[in-house]
Amino acid sequence: MTDVAVVGYASSPSVRETQGTTNGVEMLVPLFSEVFAETGLRKSEVGFWCSGSSDYLAGRAFSFIAAVDAIGAVPPINESHVEMDAAWAAFEAMVAIRTGEVDTAVVYGFGKSSAGELRKILALQLDPYTLAPLWPDSVSVAALQARAGIDAGAWTEQQMAEVVAASRRKARANPRSQLSGEYTAEELLAQPRFADPLRRHDCAPVTDGAAVLVLAGAERAEDLCERPAWIGGMSHRVETPHLGERDLSTSVSTKAAAADLDIGGVRLAELHAPFSHQEILLRQAIGLDEAVEVNPSGGPLAGNPMFAAGLSRIGEAASRIHDGSADAALAHATSGPALQQNLLCVLRGER
Amino acid sequence: MLSAPLEPGFDYTRSYGPLLGRFAAGLRACRILGARGADGKVHVPAVEYDPETAAALSELVPVSPTGTVRTWSWQSAPLSGQPLEQPFAWALIQLDGADTAMLHAVEAPGPEAMRTGMRVHARWAAERRGAITDIACFVPGEGPDERGELPEVPDAVEEMLTSPIHLSYMHSASPQESTYLRELAEGRVVGMRCPVCRKVYVPPRGACPVDGVPTEEEVELGDNATITTFCVVNVPFPGQRIKPPYVCAYILLDGADIPFLHIVLGCAASEVRMGMRVRAAWKPREEWTTNLANIDHFTPNGEPDAPFESYAHHL
Ligand SMILES: [Zn+2]
Repeated sequence: MTDVAVVGYASSPSVRETQGTTNGVEMLVPLFSEVFAETGLRKSEVGFWCSGSSDYLAGRAFSFIAAVDAIGAVPPINESHVEMDAAWAAFEAMVAIRTGEVDTAVVYGFGKSSAGELRKILALQLDPYTLAPLWPDSVSVAALQARAGIDAGAWTEQQMAEVVAASRRKARANPRSQLSGEYTAEELLAQPRFADPLRRHDCAPVTDGAAVLVLAGAERAEDLCERPAWIGGMSHRVETPHLGERDLSTSVSTKAAAADLDIGGVRLAELHAPFSHQEILLRQAIGLDEAVEVNPSGGPLAGNPMFAAGLSRIGEAASRIHDGSADAALAHATSGPALQQNLLCVLRGER
Repeated sequence: MLSAPLEPGFDYTRSYGPLLGRFAAGLRACRILGARGADGKVHVPAVEYDPETAAALSELVPVSPTGTVRTWSWQSAPLSGQPLEQPFAWALIQLDGADTAMLHAVEAPGPEAMRTGMRVHARWAAERRGAITDIACFVPGEGPDERGELPEVPDAVEEMLTSPIHLSYMHSASPQESTYLRELAEGRVVGMRCPVCRKVYVPPRGACPVDGVPTEEEVELGDNATITTFCVVNVPFPGQRIKPPYVCAYILLDGADIPFLHIVLGCAASEVRMGMRVRAAWKPREEWTTNLANIDHFTPNGEPDAPFESYAHHL
């Protein structure tokens, strides 16, 4: 089977509210132009298009069909969609290339979270019989996990504040970030609690945004990108939807995905941790030591476009391979409540 | 850009199935049941399949309505639909006799009254319907004892759960749609031309579906149009404006490349045909808003039928 590489990436600025529609067209049109200009790929050459988005977030049925307008789908295209973060669309596209079905793919994710009540909408991804009728919102569920880890001694509120301070500081160098600045952990710990034990800054902001990734097989990758980010391995695992069945202070699914991959030589990781404690949890579950730099982009705490933020982790990690600043990088994406489902992707400068 | 509140709602109905149906029937009778796995582990709330082995589970056993808080968080501003209207705690509660924890609300005066390891017990809703919400919430302290005071486990199965889902959005129109809607409020239909393929879209689009670029050049369209295709509506449905039979047609305005759906009145349904020429019948000016319903319907304009070739590629 052919090797697959990330050869292009573009993302919109993470902002609290865009003026556009919930079908993402206004955010996606410029991003498609950007990746076509960057790679030299022509629309007519794209073998497969795959997207991640949510009708519940958009508040309208088949919103991803309206988004296809941004592609210009005449003559008809080879297209698919996942109702989850577009990192899983990237997985589907990777499989399509590896099996030889296509040689290039464009993957995109978009979300206009500002249109609705994000934390309430996300309650609808819970078990519909025993959980969703109570409307446990995503922030409250994450807060249960944060305390479970504090009680278990897996992390402390001090460490959580340090994660936020580091994110805000790194985000100053990322012009597309939503939240950035210089804060000390002590300043952050002085803030009131929002969803005890979480403070507002422990939670990723509500963000509108989109991201686009271009994948290519070995035959095309070097034409499209000077230094392709070769996918050394990609694995995803899911856990039970019943929250009380899980040990929330760790991530069995992340550990299992990590065990599938060779992460040797990785010195940089982009982790899709929408809550501060989850960055610590993921670092522990994957087994990343202190030498590994996590979320140089600022990560989701600096901007968290739903259904695109996981894909962006792959894109941000790949960008560091493209520009030569890293030889090996790890990207992580999550879906579901309290890190229920986790995807890991190893990227390398060498095939 | 135009925007407006959008509040979609739907009552989802879900069948419980045999195992969850008995769990729900227990709740209606103020009893909490767990599913016992082959390893003896008791799962509460009951699960249909063992999360470890995926084995189908069928044995249900009653557990205590009293248990221990394993983790909790504080909901300082409850959202609509949540168990309590005043601030409360969410908790994962391991009931006595259960090996797993269930999520529910705990009524407490403030976060300082909560701690991991505290004992809580279920408070039942006055009106129960066979659902997880039959537990109104949990409250601190020991509940009734397992021996004697608890109601009998019923020999019953709930069939169906009805879950009303109501969400609130602020729906935004695209820049092109906003222009179109504002012009409609002035009694004009405005389309937009794609800069690449030159096609005129009405309503205009955020991106031409052929070329993937925004439509830009505004084109004012008149009231005259051709019916490209149509159907006769004979079936009554809730919210119907007109008594059937009536005609729903694809209307291609002169100068436009995309037809839209509208209603044809002013002649018998049996007289409507492909290629028929029609014109817009606008409502009285004082009723105009940012809505295509400003055009009440289309009606025959008396011109000879358009030749098939003139609209064949718009079908
Ligand atoms: Zn066009």
